[in-house]
Amino acid sequence: MVTASDPDPAPLFQARDLVKTYGSGVSLVNALRGVDLDIWPGEFVVLLGPSGSGKSTLLNIMGGLDQPTSGSLRYGDQDLTQCSTSELTRYRREHVGFVFQFYNLVPSLTARENVELVTDIAREPLPATESLDRVGLRERMNHFPSQLSGGEQQRVAIARAIAKRPAVLLCDEPTGALDVKTGVLVLEVIARVNRELGTTVAIITHNAAIAGMADRVVMLSDGAIHEVRKNSRRVDPSAISW
Amino acid sequence: MVTSLQRKLLRDLLGMKSQILAIALVLSCGVGALIMAICTAVSLQETMDAYYARQNFADIFAHAKRAPLSLVDRIAEIPGVARVYPRIVAEVKLDIPDLPEPATGRLVSLPEFGEPLLNGLHLRQGRLVEPGRAGEVVLNEAFATAHGLVPGDSLAAVINGRREELRVAGIALSPEFVYQIRPGEIFPDDKRFGVLWMGRSQMEAAFDLEGAWNDVVISLMHGASEERVITSLDTLTAPYGGQGAYPRSQQVSHRYVSDELTQLRAMATIPPAIFLGVAAFLLNVVINRLVRSQRVEIAMLKSFGYDDREVAWHYLGFALVITVLGLLIGVALGALMGRGMTSMYVQFFHFPELHFQLNPWVLGMATLASLGAGIFGTLGAVRKAASLPPAEAMRPEAPATYRATLVERLGLGGLLSPTAVMVLRQIQRQPVKALMSILGVALAIALLILGSFTADIIGDLLDLQFFTAQRQDMMVTFIESPEETAVHELEQLPGVHRVEPWRNVAVRLRHGPRSRRLGLMGLPADRTLLRPMDFDRREISLPPEGLVISQSLAGILDALPGDRVTLEVLEGHRTTLEVSIVGVVEDFSGTSAYMDLAGMNRLLADGALISGAMLTFDAASTGALYAAVKDCPNIAGSTLKLAALHGFEKTMSESLLRMRLFNTLFAGIIAFGVVYNAARISLSERAHELATLRVIGFTRGEVSSILLGEVGLLTLLAIAPGLLIGRGLAAITVVALATETQRFPLVVLPSTYGFAVVVVVAASIISALVVRRRIDHLDLLAVLKSHE
Ligand SMILES: Nc1ncnc2c1ncn2[C@@H]1O[C@H](COP(=O)(O)OP(=O)(O)OP(=O)(O)O)[C@@H](O)[C@H]1O
Ligand SMILES: [Mg+2]
Repeated sequence: MVTASDPDPAPLFQARDLVKTYGSGVSLVNALRGVDLDIWPGEFVVLLGPSGSGKSTLLNIMGGLDQPTSGSLRYGDQDLTQCSTSELTRYRREHVGFVFQFYNLVPSLTARENVELVTDIAREPLPATESLDRVGLRERMNHFPSQLSGGEQQRVAIARAIAKRPAVLLCDEPTGALDVKTGVLVLEVIARVNRELGTTVAIITHNAAIAGMADRVVMLSDGAIHEVRKNSRRVDPSAISW
Repeated sequence: MVTSLQRKLLRDLLGMKSQILAIALVLSCGVGALIMAICTAVSLQETMDAYYARQNFADIFAHAKRAPLSLVDRIAEIPGVARVYPRIVAEVKLDIPDLPEPATGRLVSLPEFGEPLLNGLHLRQGRLVEPGRAGEVVLNEAFATAHGLVPGDSLAAVINGRREELRVAGIALSPEFVYQIRPGEIFPDDKRFGVLWMGRSQMEAAFDLEGAWNDVVISLMHGASEERVITSLDTLTAPYGGQGAYPRSQQVSHRYVSDELTQLRAMATIPPAIFLGVAAFLLNVVINRLVRSQRVEIAMLKSFGYDDREVAWHYLGFALVITVLGLLIGVALGALMGRGMTSMYVQFFHFPELHFQLNPWVLGMATLASLGAGIFGTLGAVRKAASLPPAEAMRPEAPATYRATLVERLGLGGLLSPTAVMVLRQIQRQPVKALMSILGVALAIALLILGSFTADIIGDLLDLQFFTAQRQDMMVTFIESPEETAVHELEQLPGVHRVEPWRNVAVRLRHGPRSRRLGLMGLPADRTLLRPMDFDRREISLPPEGLVISQSLAGILDALPGDRVTLEVLEGHRTTLEVSIVGVVEDFSGTSAYMDLAGMNRLLADGALISGAMLTFDAASTGALYAAVKDCPNIAGSTLKLAALHGFEKTMSESLLRMRLFNTLFAGIIAFGVVYNAARISLSERAHELATLRVIGFTRGEVSSILLGEVGLLTLLAIAPGLLIGRGLAAITVVALATETQRFPLVVLPSTYGFAVVVVVAASIISALVVRRRIDHLDLLAVLKSHE
């Protein structure tokens, strides 16, 4: 198992001078203004920053959902900025798991079927039941999203994200819509995935308290990284409160 | 194995099942109409072709006064002629026990042994006549059925002035009389007109035609020129009173069948196109809405690595399922309607058998057409789904932008209730969608008009023919054209008020290289009973001299008023004359030629002859008059106007009713589909807003009125364009249905317009009520919890 303490010279992600602008003229927005960032395999990274600072933009680019305006982003030895749309699709299909703030489950599918949406197209997926087991929802697997609480829905979303055994798990405010207790539960699941499966995790949050869980905390403001903090010791999610 | 994406497709489809059903039904109407029209046309065409081939139906027909059998060999030598079959054909008066008035029979000779060489009989009951058995006849089935006659029964005929008993030996069908109609009449009257086949030697004796014939039918070799054979044939028969040969395309029975085929093909285009177009529009709206409401789901699928193609297929899947559903219902519907249509034809067209058959290539065509409509309707939305940038979709959609409406900007906003303002703003926000919905409802109205106005036309034509143009009670035709003085004899018959003669002469009109054989009609100047009308319902006026011809006859001859044409008289003294065209009229029948009777008799200079007369009489003396007419030796037949009309109405009314029922159902489905979908989509787009209103204290009624107000307004706005489009489509249809011999007036009664509006408004109200139930059951919490 790889952990951040192991010296590993090859970063999983290597971002150099990433710039992302939206619009043009008066409506031009600089969402990212030259971001340099390395993330190593198995690392647990938290992206922290005020609203509009560019966190989602960075995460979307890392996840192959979006292309930067300039700069380069390497994933292993693949340059994501040079990828075609279909190469990006393959990259997402094989390597990335997403967790969104609003869960984004398909309402017409049960928990299990939502997970199977991913296992259907993955190469060597975990069985859907096992993924649900890992998030503690095996008994609820035949429930529809409307029959689950917000926290349960988010755990289904995590089960769905990890079912393909992704190398990277990208979470955009996964606890944003949840209360403390439920949020902690969800964070525990993510931490366990990182620990047990060695999945590299990047989590966006507004919440500085969550930062204690991370190996490193990347702080953005106004489209740039203004500080990267390394935690010498990761706090257990159960100790977090906000 | 079912993938989760397929499962999602299925569940989503189930969740919108009423919308899907509505669209599938609209589509199925298009498919049904297409299959009905084309398969019926194919069945009719194939049945006709096979029947003609089996019975050796002739290609050329000619009538003469008396030609020797030796002429047959010379006719056979005309290049291109395959077979020549000479016959004796004569009209006789029939006396049927169950019919007070006389009926007309057409006697056609049969060879003494074996089958006729051409126009063979298809025996249904009994046998053909046997040599030496006097008075045996084979009856045409339609006539036999109308009177319940079976082999062994007898009936009387006045043959050449002598009353004879006839015995029915058999009952048969003939390709020559698939449509059995007396020449010159509009409707078949199976009770008063029948065909009888009789042994040749008996007919020779009865009509003084030993070793001779007065009718010949000819079949051609493959590739032979009809025109050249007709010219040679006319030359050969001219010395023997030949009345001019004509090709199969002008043979009465065949022409009716082929006109029907033309009209069926016209029906295969406009209505299916409307239905498929509306279905494509509905699919477009619904799938677009679906894609919009599932933006986030699409983005999620893509973020997990589903590629654009997979997403596109997923949404195309909706269209495919709906299309296939519509196709299946449509095929069933088409078969049902085709069967109905065919059973209507069976009443008019006497084929040995006529079955409706689903034809594989028509099914293929219907499949392609509906898939085309389905894909065309969905493609835009599918492309939108496929090209949706996933990062973009993660962001919530910007709130819909509303603007003050025109009414408000004009400063009239104060006049509107808040509900009305919301309705107007909603419509204005999506003007294209609103316009398309209005168009959809308008098309439903138009379709109703299209489906019902044929009844208006038929009614109008009947009225024109039977009450304006023809005001007689009875028409009689003579066997031998008598002098005009015969009118006085008719005036002496019991109860007769007025008698007006007419004369019909077989002629060929030539203008340069063009020619046409037809019956030239002579009418008295002081006519009050038979008054041909033009397209504008004005009485056609006949100058003392010269020809008045129909517009399309003028086209066929390439002649204009003032032109001189050659008139070859094909009977009597067979003179050839020059005559001027003094008038060209637009009329309904298309190929008529008229002259003033006195002018005609002066021109032909063969005495003041007449062919028949129109009579009015006192209803009280009906019985005595019938008896007297039955006894008149020179009267070949008589037609009772009202009897013919009633016979027709009886046969038609059921078919017309059925057609109207189908059309109402169809248009109702379109109106329902369009309105229901518009309301459902508004509901899903605005569920949040409506639920919020409910939460802050609006009543169900108030909330419903916002949504249903929109639906109601769309329906109201659709009425005027719907009526206009309906009239336009009716005008196009009238042109598409026209054949050389039949044109139709454009008549749409106010009641038809009213009916269309009522049906569509009713369909709107029903769909509004269905949606209203949904609004009433709106789960406020669920709606507000969802974060759309
Ligand atoms: N598609 C877009 N078009 C225009 N501007 C955009 C677009 N996406 C993001 N932006 C802008 O880019 C900037 C960074 O946005 P981003 O979503 O990355 O912020 P964030 O840090 O995730 O904020 P939040 O915490 O509110 O989610 C913002 O100013 C945003 O308005
Ligand atoms: Mg964000």
